[in-house]
Amino acid sequence: MDIRDDLKLIAEMVEPGSRVLDVGCGDGALLDYLTHAKNVDGRGIELSMDGVRQCVAQGLSVIQGDAETDLKDYPADAFDYVILGQTLQAMRNPREVLELMCRIGRRAIVSVPNFGYWRVRLQLLLTGRMPVTEKLGYQWWETPNIHFCTLRDFVVLTGEMGIRIEQARILDRAGRVTGRAHSGFANLLGEQGVFLLKRD
Amino acid sequence: MPASQPSVVVPADADPLPGQRVRLGVTTPMRLDSGAELGPFEIAYQTYGTLNADRSNAILICHALTGDHFVIEKHPVTGKPGWWEMLVGPGRPVDTDRYFVICSNVLGGCLGSSGPKDINPATGQPYGLSFPVITIGDMVRAQKLLVEHLGIDQLFCVIGGSMGGMQVLQWAVAYPESVFAACPIATAARHSAQNIAFHEVGRQAIMADPEWRGGNYLLEGTRPESGLAVARMAAHITYLSETALHRKFGRNLQDRKAVTYGFDADFQVESYLRYQGAAFVERFDANSYLYITRAMDYFDLAADAGGTLANAFRPGGKTTPVRFCLASFSSDWLFPTSESRAIVHALNAVAANVSFVEFETDKGHDAFLLDEPEFHQVIHGFLEGCAEHRGLTVRRRAR
Repeated sequence: MDIRDDLKLIAEMVEPGSRVLDVGCGDGALLDYLTHAKNVDGRGIELSMDGVRQCVAQGLSVIQGDAETDLKDYPADAFDYVILGQTLQAMRNPREVLELMCRIGRRAIVSVPNFGYWRVRLQLLLTGRMPVTEKLGYQWWETPNIHFCTLRDFVVLTGEMGIRIEQARILDRAGRVTGRAHSGFANLLGEQGVFLLKRD
Repeated sequence: MPASQPSVVVPADADPLPGQRVRLGVTTPMRLDSGAELGPFEIAYQTYGTLNADRSNAILICHALTGDHFVIEKHPVTGKPGWWEMLVGPGRPVDTDRYFVICSNVLGGCLGSSGPKDINPATGQPYGLSFPVITIGDMVRAQKLLVEHLGIDQLFCVIGGSMGGMQVLQWAVAYPESVFAACPIATAARHSAQNIAFHEVGRQAIMADPEWRGGNYLLEGTRPESGLAVARMAAHITYLSETALHRKFGRNLQDRKAVTYGFDADFQVESYLRYQGAAFVERFDANSYLYITRAMDYFDLAADAGGTLANAFRPGGKTTPVRFCLASFSSDWLFPTSESRAIVHALNAVAANVSFVEFETDKGHDAFLLDEPEFHQVIHGFLEGCAEHRGLTVRRRAR
């Protein structure tokens, strides 16, 4: 299975046969994998026309839409899992999106890039310029990522919102699982985190 | 045949047109939305491909306002290619090698199904305006009787654009258990004020033609050709985008080097519209045009569901089992993307299974009938996915 490391981790958190909404599903790689390997009833939302076309053309149920305007349509608990992979930081209002995800899904799965990763910190410290890394390969003036956070920031926000972290997987640069979400160690060594969330 | 009502197959020599006809509502007339009863009545239809043993591979195609049931063959009246041969046929996205495809002329139409130009058995004269007013719901009710006559409990898919899309939505709402999948294309859950307005212009053009004779032109031996042609001309503009019209004609003059300071068709666009109008009257009945445009005007799914569109997709309090794929075209101003989006929002509100794509094109509303490979690719993929869920194909392995 050649899906991204964080997608693989996300897939591991999903129970077979469940109802899944993948927000920002891109070309449908995760949805396709979940549909066929885990037998889920999968749906997707994707902003780009190209992405949606690719998804629907391969038989996936995907609508062209925007997480920030379209998630509110769904009834509470419409899905077992609402997944948001690597795009929370690109939302205009990430807190509201998280809240919506936890309302329309019994659980939410979110993967976020860690702005507290040591290479990021070091770049800023040593060069005095906005960090550009392999995973976050944008200059400051072109990046779609407008709301960066560190893993610790994310954990603090979920606490404030009354959202319980049921599982957390922190990935290092090579995609290996490392440390625990709440540790400062993970916040330094983890390049990204994958969280299984449930509202209390 | 497991039909809910007895039906009679009309002998082929009763009509010079190819295709099949069936007489429905023979013992029990069909009750219309208006409260009137109609029966017996005839429905003309075409089928392509073969119905499989468990009758699970049937696809119903619903035609648009001035369309008919000749989807993929040379048209018996105009000699033009089938109106959806780009999408339907052997090896096409709606593959007639795999699916049993049905298309019927709508009730109120003029190419074989009962409509205002037919003889009213009660009077022995053409119905004219005494034909009952038909709704999209009535058209679909008649199609349901046809589908039952063909021995099909559940259609694998219902597909249609524009007014055809309205019928698709009506099918999904009225008979959710009889539809596995639905593709409403370039359509709306209700006809907008602007669209009703355009239709009224067309109807007034017909009715203002002295040859219309209060709808009795068949009896009086006249033809309201100029009125019907003007109606078609006005409507035709709404099917194109400003960009497409400009690209096709610009301000180019028709066979002349300068304007003539008169009211001849100086401009190519005028000449084109006149041609469209003239060609249309050869194949369409003016009263049918009145009836079918009226049916579209009356269409409002939300109103029928107590004012909330989402309720239409929640039969018996449960989410509709139908899988939807909606498509719209970016330059379509007759049925703009916002109309499709409203349907998607309603379907999301009941967490229904829905796909939706807006296609980037400058061809306007007509795009759904034209060569749009990306649109065709999506319909193909949607049908493949549905076929897998319906058990019509071998399950694909994860890649």
